[in-house]
Amino acid sequence: MSKYAHIQTYIEGSIAVIELNRPHVLNALNRQMVTEIVKAMEEYDRHDDVRVMVLTGKGRAFAAGADIDEMADDDSITLEMLNQFAEWDRLAWIKKPMIAAVHGFALGGGFELALSCDLLLASETAEFGFPEVNIGVMPGAGGTQRLTKLIGKTKALEWLWTGERMSAKTAYELGIVNRVVAPELLLEETIKLAKKIAQQPPLSVRFIKEAVHKAVDYSLYEGMQFERKNFYLLFSSEDQKEGMQAFMEKRKPNFKGK
Amino acid sequence: MYETIRYEVREHVAWLILQRPDKLNAFTEQMNKEIVSALKQAAGDEMVRSVVITGEGRAFCSGEDLAGVTEELDHGEVLRTRYAPMMKALHHFEKPVIAAVNGVAAGAGMSLALACDFRLASEKASFIEAFIHVGLVPDAGNLYYLPRLIGHAKALELAVLGEKVSAQTAYELGLVTAVIPESEWETEVQRFAAKLAQMPTKAIGLIKRLLRESGSGSFAEYLEKEAYGQRIAGLTEDHREGVRAFFEKRPAVFKGK
Repeated sequence: MSKYAHIQTYIEGSIAVIELNRPHVLNALNRQMVTEIVKAMEEYDRHDDVRVMVLTGKGRAFAAGADIDEMADDDSITLEMLNQFAEWDRLAWIKKPMIAAVHGFALGGGFELALSCDLLLASETAEFGFPEVNIGVMPGAGGTQRLTKLIGKTKALEWLWTGERMSAKTAYELGIVNRVVAPELLLEETIKLAKKIAQQPPLSVRFIKEAVHKAVDYSLYEGMQFERKNFYLLFSSEDQKEGMQAFMEKRKPNFKGK
Repeated sequence: MYETIRYEVREHVAWLILQRPDKLNAFTEQMNKEIVSALKQAAGDEMVRSVVITGEGRAFCSGEDLAGVTEELDHGEVLRTRYAPMMKALHHFEKPVIAAVNGVAAGAGMSLALACDFRLASEKASFIEAFIHVGLVPDAGNLYYLPRLIGHAKALELAVLGEKVSAQTAYELGLVTAVIPESEWETEVQRFAAKLAQMPTKAIGLIKRLLRESGSGSFAEYLEKEAYGQRIAGLTEDHREGVRAFFEKRPAVFKGK
């Protein structure tokens, strides 16, 4: 029996897979589902066997948006006091790589969830978009911020204002998506990429992620200071010793994640 | 449930018959929409393994119904809202589609035939790039497909001169797979569609995908897509059956799975 109501999780080797599991509503995100996703990710972030996380949706879509019924009657003060988006902030603190595998729709909150991951693979038929504008609101879980940082102000405004859907190919050309894959092979290819990253020395992977994320928010000067500290820090790891030793001895390194 | 078309499934073949014979099966907005939903239905129906598009009466399809063309008409929007969804649905359709061109295929009606995978022509069939005669450009994907099928020079000749192309000439141009005598028309179309419906459906879909993409991108990208395609085909039951039948020296029985 799963401990979650709206997601399913399993570990395959060193990869943890989190599946959104409300297929009858195209995995529309409700508050509990987001809580469960964050909980599962935080747990895997501390799990010794897990090196990379994959997020995907069961059924015909990744996630077609937020559960509108749940918030239709809310007022500003209720939302402020509820502070539901605080959970989304916790996604940004996950230290291990997170890869989203998107098929079908990733709309609104679903798109924001995909953008919260580090890498994104999309099926050829996937579609992305922020339709919030069409119902008199706007993205609230990072959409205006993350999309703009990825594709720039001019492009972001057009997508956010028109609410139009973006094809996987366009998302790829805009730099939102790492790879576009045939629908039949989306999960297989995502797991392949996850395994490839899982074979890299975990501490390097971890500190690279941290430094790259700082590049998005910090000034170049501050970012470089941060990078340098992480670089120095890796010299306390066994994997650094092993990696450099193996390089000099012309053999393959055996990394331990320490 | 449809009014401008008829849709029937018989022995794994879906028949999509344009049903406005008194108007030579000219397109209306409703017909565009009904074709899209019929294609959706055929795509989702596991029983369907090939599709035939044909026309009721003496024409295949005479293109846009000019009765709806007024001074205020925004031609670009008509294409975006009515024709693009239909042409995209056909373009991305994974099962084999045959245009059984029973009579004249003019204007967008010709485009419809061009977007299919196979064109079978009755002796009485003809193709006309009618657009130039009303001062317009071939639309509904017409000039995307035509040079890919018969080459730039011939495509330009047909599109600019707008002359009627007989079934026999179309065959010589490579525009149609076969010209079928009137007396054998129905049985031959049925036989061809039935044959496709017994083939490995998924592999046909993948061949369509690869051919569609072979014109764009680099060779290295193409090879990568090919590897994906073969991986998908390699996972099908039909592939396993094909290999088994080969070793058992018997004809393979494909199920489209």
